[in-house]
Amino acid sequence: MPVTPVLTGRWNTPRSWTLATYERTDGYRALRRALEMSPDEIIGIVKDSGLRGRGGAGFPTGMKWSFIPQGDGKPHYLVINADEGEPGTCKDAPLMMADPHSLVEGIIIASYAVRANHAFIYLRGELVHCGRRLRAAVAEAYRAGYLGRDILGSGFDLDLVVHSGAGAYICGEETALLDSLEGCRGQPRLRPPFPATHGLYSSPTVVNNVETIASVPYIIRHGVEWFRSMGRERSPGPKIYSLSGHVTRPGQYEAPMGTTLAELLEMAGGIRGGRRLKAWTPGGSSTPMLTADHLDVPLDFEGVAEAGSLLGTAAIMIMDETVDMLKVVRRLTQFYAHESCGKCTPCREGTTWMVQILTRLERGAGDAEDVDTLVDVCDNIFGRAFCALADGATSPIVSGIKFFRDEFISSTTAAASGGSASAGHNATGSAATDSAATASVAGKPDALAGAH
Amino acid sequence: MPLTEETRVAARDIIARYPQGRSRSALLPMLHLVQAEDGCVTSEGVEFCATELGITQAEVSAVATFYTMYKRRPVGDWLVSVCTNLSCALLGGEDVYARISADLGVGHDQTTPDGAITLEHAECLAACDYAPVMTVNYEFFDQVDADSASEIVDALRRGERPTPTRGAPLCTFAEASRQLAGFPDPRPGAVAGPGVGEPSVAGLLVADAEAVAQAGGTQVDPPTKGS
Repeated sequence: MPVTPVLTGRWNTPRSWTLATYERTDGYRALRRALEMSPDEIIGIVKDSGLRGRGGAGFPTGMKWSFIPQGDGKPHYLVINADEGEPGTCKDAPLMMADPHSLVEGIIIASYAVRANHAFIYLRGELVHCGRRLRAAVAEAYRAGYLGRDILGSGFDLDLVVHSGAGAYICGEETALLDSLEGCRGQPRLRPPFPATHGLYSSPTVVNNVETIASVPYIIRHGVEWFRSMGRERSPGPKIYSLSGHVTRPGQYEAPMGTTLAELLEMAGGIRGGRRLKAWTPGGSSTPMLTADHLDVPLDFEGVAEAGSLLGTAAIMIMDETVDMLKVVRRLTQFYAHESCGKCTPCREGTTWMVQILTRLERGAGDAEDVDTLVDVCDNIFGRAFCALADGATSPIVSGIKFFRDEFISSTTAAASGGSASAGHNATGSAATDSAATASVAGKPDALAGAH
Repeated sequence: MPLTEETRVAARDIIARYPQGRSRSALLPMLHLVQAEDGCVTSEGVEFCATELGITQAEVSAVATFYTMYKRRPVGDWLVSVCTNLSCALLGGEDVYARISADLGVGHDQTTPDGAITLEHAECLAACDYAPVMTVNYEFFDQVDADSASEIVDALRRGERPTPTRGAPLCTFAEASRQLAGFPDPRPGAVAGPGVGEPSVAGLLVADAEAVAQAGGTQVDPPTKGS
């Protein structure tokens, strides 16, 4: 299966971030075409294209736009979720760095479609250089008449503000993001009501991911059929797959939706050092891990769901046979404990306790019941909090135990004192053996990387 | 301190970005602004934000203490952030952190006695394909290891400004904070600082190689970044 550079197409062009380069490579042509259409026509095209949100949830973009009430007399807002921070996810930052105008053009078209006169890019604070390029692009777009009053003589007005966050993963959750943008602590809101009717300042608001909105100009320019010629029926279009971890050539690979990990690994030179694949996340740390048995799963929303995980952001973190799964799961759980906003008790308390249990297991001071306790705690977190952070926090643990239970058991005091337990591992094959090997190699207590 | 009339003017610039009657949206950038002036969010900074926005100091403090980028103690000249999350850890990010911590004799969120460097371990910095990464005042140093990271920090301690792999040439924490408040980087060429390295264009290079192979049918070498 080929690579299909669309969104990434300009990234290796000299001075790709400038208006001059963007216009020379067909930039802002889609906007001119869009402004000749009615807003509803644009919503219709985006609906027909089958574009689904690239921020993780996969909600149909055109449908989201059509939920915005029209003629309600309230201001409408478009908010771009550029708070990229899900471990493994690193696609929006290079897009904003290399091709900020594609995002700006998408924002103008989307705002016109949903009748928003004010749009915001909520940019992750730490991405300071992305901020420079975005702010420069916005300033250029204003000077060229693509933003501001009466855009290209259409009568449409739009103001666009780049708003830097301040370091909080939770603000990638759309309602927490809105609270943060309103100048509050970033904590998720109870839904309903949904942002489509009660979003920013309690007004109708569309919140879309960077990659989603940057796709819009291409759909307008090349059409629905072109977009649907890539990917699969229910998940069409190109997708940026981000490969990291134990892979020979980590990076961004834009390929049709439904590309498999086997195909991506072929492009990326395989597992580093010729080792074997042990585990991987299909879409960031919040998506349940998969194994070498899932190399041929089509990586689109349906394919990954059928395999028991989620496409998420298509952020593929690759772990080879040298990793100690207990350390992996402990590190990711620490992340969720750190980033839990504290609003919902199951998430706030549960993540903290799970870190303690995992740390105890890692020290070899746990017992067999600890593994069951972890599963039980996850069961009490999943679905019992306001937002998906809590659900995501259970993914590494539940999937880690599902596929590598022996590694968790073998670290317990019961297993260490009884000879029969280790015989049990050997019967299950490589996972437990690898773990034992790694434990003896890794000299430093905190070293996660067995070999690199 | 001091938060001067100039700070007040800047604050009003920030407030003007948001719709009428929605001035509280200016709070996050204003906290970056007062941090630029004071090196951290001080009680004077909190009071300033509360006064300008017409909200209580408790409301401002609640926000300031929620976000990790607002510091409650003065940050050193250089904020060194080492990612220790999974993709970086798989390739040695924890070793990098341990080495720098040992070199500097400080731990997470601590500053060297001379006030030069503040160290923190960072959660995922959205650069997993460049792992292991660290940032200095939020500019990226990619694919570091314990030795190269240690050299970068040594250079900072000698008063030098090592060149980031991606991002603009290093600026002070105050200057970076001012940019976070939404003001442009005034340095010529800052925007042009490198933004893209080989991992960002890995797929493009595969596409280029395929195109060459299809056109000429020749054996293609492993791709390299063109420019």
